[in-house]
Amino acid sequence: MEPHNIAIRPALSQAGNSREASRSLISKWWERLGDADATATPVANTFVMGSLAEVLNTFDIPMMFPEIAALQTAIKGKSMDYLLAAEDIGYSPDICGYVKVDIGLHNTGREHPLGKYPKPSLVVSSNMCNTYIKWSEVWERQYGCPVFVLDLPGWRGTGFRYDMSSDTFKNDVAYVESQIRDLIDLAAEVSGRPFDIDKLREILGRVNRMSELYGAILATNKHRPAPFNALTEGINYMGIANILRGQPEGVEFMETALAELEERVAYGVGAIPDERFRLLLVGTACYTNFREFVGMFERWKGVFAASEYMSYAGGGIDRGIRYDLSRPIESLAEQILITAQPSMSGIFYSHDWQARVVEEYGLDGICFHGVKSCRTTSAGLPDSRDWLLNNASIPGLFIQSDLVDKRLWSEAQMRNRIDAFFESLESRRVQAGV
Amino acid sequence: MEQEYSRILEECRTTVEDPEYPAVHKWLSENPNGKVLGHFQVYFPEEIAHAAGMLPLKMMGFDSSVQVRKADAHIAAFVCSILRTTLEQGLSGRLDFLSMYVTTPICDAARHISGVWTRRFPDMSCQILYLPQNASSPHAAGYLLGEYRRIAGIIEEITGTSITDESLRASIELFNENRRLLRELYRIRRETPWQVGLTDSYLLMAAGGAMPRERHNELLGRALEIIRSRDHRPQDKLRVVFEGGYCEQPPIEMLSVLQDVAYVVDDDLMIGLRWLTEDVATSGDPMQNLASAYLEASSYSVVQRDPRKPKEAMLLARIKASRAEAAIVAAPKMCEPGLEEQVAYDAALVEAGFPHLIMEFEEKTANFEQARMEFETFAESLLFEFA
Repeated sequence: MEPHNIAIRPALSQAGNSREASRSLISKWWERLGDADATATPVANTFVMGSLAEVLNTFDIPMMFPEIAALQTAIKGKSMDYLLAAEDIGYSPDICGYVKVDIGLHNTGREHPLGKYPKPSLVVSSNMCNTYIKWSEVWERQYGCPVFVLDLPGWRGTGFRYDMSSDTFKNDVAYVESQIRDLIDLAAEVSGRPFDIDKLREILGRVNRMSELYGAILATNKHRPAPFNALTEGINYMGIANILRGQPEGVEFMETALAELEERVAYGVGAIPDERFRLLLVGTACYTNFREFVGMFERWKGVFAASEYMSYAGGGIDRGIRYDLSRPIESLAEQILITAQPSMSGIFYSHDWQARVVEEYGLDGICFHGVKSCRTTSAGLPDSRDWLLNNASIPGLFIQSDLVDKRLWSEAQMRNRIDAFFESLESRRVQAGV
Repeated sequence: MEQEYSRILEECRTTVEDPEYPAVHKWLSENPNGKVLGHFQVYFPEEIAHAAGMLPLKMMGFDSSVQVRKADAHIAAFVCSILRTTLEQGLSGRLDFLSMYVTTPICDAARHISGVWTRRFPDMSCQILYLPQNASSPHAAGYLLGEYRRIAGIIEEITGTSITDESLRASIELFNENRRLLRELYRIRRETPWQVGLTDSYLLMAAGGAMPRERHNELLGRALEIIRSRDHRPQDKLRVVFEGGYCEQPPIEMLSVLQDVAYVVDDDLMIGLRWLTEDVATSGDPMQNLASAYLEASSYSVVQRDPRKPKEAMLLARIKASRAEAAIVAAPKMCEPGLEEQVAYDAALVEAGFPHLIMEFEEKTANFEQARMEFETFAESLLFEFA
């Protein structure tokens, strides 16, 4: 027998660090929220796009992210219990499943699979998603808590570019800054604490650092093979970026994750063995059937090297937030408009961003996953797919299911479409002689 | 006189129902260099477009007269019908006369429409007018003024016409007259609903969104004179309020079924045309006056957040003001804000002990037997109760 040259790779010293860290941090997050009732600590309900965590953390107000809590019920196989409880009291099958899971939780004893679900004492909502506003009004009615709606003017349409010297930008900044000042007053009232601008400054500084690290994490996936799956591990990174935005533990986590990924890159270790196809996920995952969903791509050696979710759901953290610490409130207003708002507005005018990511990450195509629960992320996907195919020759797969509603998952149909898409990618390679 | 009324109504019906937009084409034939601005529901300050000589056209959607063939390939399956039919109108070329298209961020699906239009009509200015969703903020008025000025600037570029204070004041006067006429129409509905039926009222009102306001004022003014001169006798019908027509409109046939069984004494149909509830001041800065009116003297809808106007309280106030005996609380199919608000409306009406019917509709519905059965059963159950 011929001797084989087998390269023995040393054990990765950082392997599993970020997964362990995220489990521990999420567990602590739930513990803190679970204690809120007993300790009479005011909790703020807020949302991943435009949470204003910078302000809430300045007042040490614990934040509940009901979107994250809802997707966790789906991963735990419990979302239908809550969703149906909401439908039983009149909520339509045709509205956001996250809203219904949350309503179900609030109306069935507030027992979440991961801990006690707190009552909100304050709601920080925004127009980043119109459903946020309607959702907030549900809590307003149920608990009588104050609702603050951050109104962020978005991209205005054809040819819109934010020119920071324009009247439009100045008008928007003045409006947003004034609202942030209103929220500061409200948070002081709810928390019973005075506003400490130096504390805000520290938090902003940490968000700057987290944003820098987060950007570096995303960039590791430009390597082949991609060191992480933007669908699976990406959700963890995104989750921590939201719940610990501006906290020391958030910075530490990002450093841990980046170190782990850089080591994978150094040793050529990919998120999946023998990576063959690199994709962009537009939309979200299906959390009720998360493993099956991921598996349908992995069986074709397909990895999501990028995901739009890791952009829009992070309040601009992927867009290089650079708060000017010498003028924290003014800078917070400006940066929200030039980072968080475009990450959301970009969903509606997504084609340019998607085409750029496909090129920068060396992707083979795009999976557009529309979910009935979320018009914000899903309504225009067929048009984006068609536009990119016909104007940029980017192949796209359009599939539909839901975030948390298992009734909308059709495994055979999903598998057929995904298989057909990969077969077409294979065929393109053959034709291209790759 | 009734013959004249029939002719007026026929012109309004054609204007509202004909997917070829006859009133727009007539205006364009009379104004060969004229520009048309299309705007999606719910509210747009049409005075600004008018002041630059543009014809504002309100996107209303269509019933089964528009077959959706192309739009379904561009938008997900779970969005409402009005987004599909208006997109279909664009993709089929029927809206080629538009020079500008404006949406407002009333819902998440509507925001996508701006993106779709931007991709499909790259030569058209497709704008989102970000009306404030923090309407009670003391800074909202200043922000909105800036946003109106931005839109005005784009309109001026497209038309090549400056919007002066004088031209804007003149437009506000014209639209104030239109609002006065619409208020009068609704006053008659509340006080003597037997003088004008729901479908007539709807057609007389909605036509204003798709024809020049000058012509609409003429038609509506004359129609009101005729309606006021009538001496119809009241019938023993239930007085109801219809809620749910803020964006997508129920088919006329459905409204017809409803008026067969009840007097609809108030509604929120095409509420954007009646969003401003008072005359807009013409003294001072007219643009500022328009912005203030949007925030301070306006109606309500499920797609606007304004804590000063809690929607359940506003509905109850509408019911009280119209002395209604029951309410129809409807929502368009797949309309997320409407469906979510239905639950709150239901709870408030239950708490108030007020009879109401919860239902969904779609503009493209073609069979109204189920609606008739629902309305009749509801009305009969209440007539027994009130007897």
